[in-house]
Amino acid sequence: MAGAEQMRMNTTFIPLSGGEPGEFTPPSIGEFFPGALLFEGTLFEMSRINLIMVLMTTVLCVFFITAFRRPAVVPRGAQNFGEMALDFVRINIAEEVLGHHGRKYVVYLATVFFMLFAFNITSVIPPLQIAATSVIALPMILAVITWLIFNVSGVRAHGIVHYLKANLFPPGVPKPIYLLVTPIEFVSTFLLRPVTLTIRLVANMMAGHLLLVLFFTATQFLLLEATGVIKIFGLASFAMGFASTVLEVVVSFLQAYIFTLLTAVYIQGALAEEH
Amino acid sequence: MNALAVLAELSGNVNAMGYGLAAIGPGVGIGIVVGKAIEGISRQPEAAGIIRTNMFLGIAFTEALALIGLVAGFLFV
Repeated sequence: MAGAEQMRMNTTFIPLSGGEPGEFTPPSIGEFFPGALLFEGTLFEMSRINLIMVLMTTVLCVFFITAFRRPAVVPRGAQNFGEMALDFVRINIAEEVLGHHGRKYVVYLATVFFMLFAFNITSVIPPLQIAATSVIALPMILAVITWLIFNVSGVRAHGIVHYLKANLFPPGVPKPIYLLVTPIEFVSTFLLRPVTLTIRLVANMMAGHLLLVLFFTATQFLLLEATGVIKIFGLASFAMGFASTVLEVVVSFLQAYIFTLLTAVYIQGALAEEH
Repeated sequence: MNALAVLAELSGNVNAMGYGLAAIGPGVGIGIVVGKAIEGISRQPEAAGIIRTNMFLGIAFTEALALIGLVAGFLFV
């Protein structure tokens, strides 16, 4: 256990220069900007987080290719698991929210769900220890793609004039109130949706990582540096770190689910006949 | 020592206080969302699926405020 603990300390502290022995350094925002590991100084400079992205993408591809390479009528092993996972997205997200439109969008929804889950779960996998989604780039790109998809679907379904009218001028509102309602609707539908999608994911994964680092560094500090009764708090800190790790697994799944669910809800809102 | 002098003596990071304030509303909000969802499910167990989906949606919207509070703490140092 001591070895694993030590390794965790080392991997989380690669980017940090501080941390004198005998002095407690709380985790900082610098955690999320690790130094370059590969191709330093070139356009393809890669940090630990980029390497995790590449690794998890490979893992996902390999998993789905092996699962569905030779599909059997009676699925076994990897295929069974893969079908269960895909059915979860298709039935519980796509078809429940989008109904018969679900089939068309299930490809994007499944991609987003599995990608985000794979990138989130790295926050608790020992040698990796940071979620690839805890830096803003990936969530932002996915949020922009979601924004494009729901707007394009809405425009295709209703034509641009009707789509904008349905979104910006909701029916059944007294005329003068539109002065107030239209700007609010514009900001919340077209500007804030991608922003909140991004921030929700990034902040969740960021907070989870900071929590884990805080508890485990505190454990190390209290057990090794503190004296007397204070050492007992090290055990409490370790217990909290363990609990936070379990919580982080749940959060990883939940955030992937919520991002996908909201994407489906936004598409449904754009496709719906009246608002 | 009057109240103003006590305030002036306070030191430390204001961001932590800001986050504490930002967490009050969403905390109450998520409590209400989940409480009502459980009430709904126990009254009508057959609607559990759709209620649960909507509960997560409600949580996601409510929680966003607390998370923006967290991010703001890091942004506006």
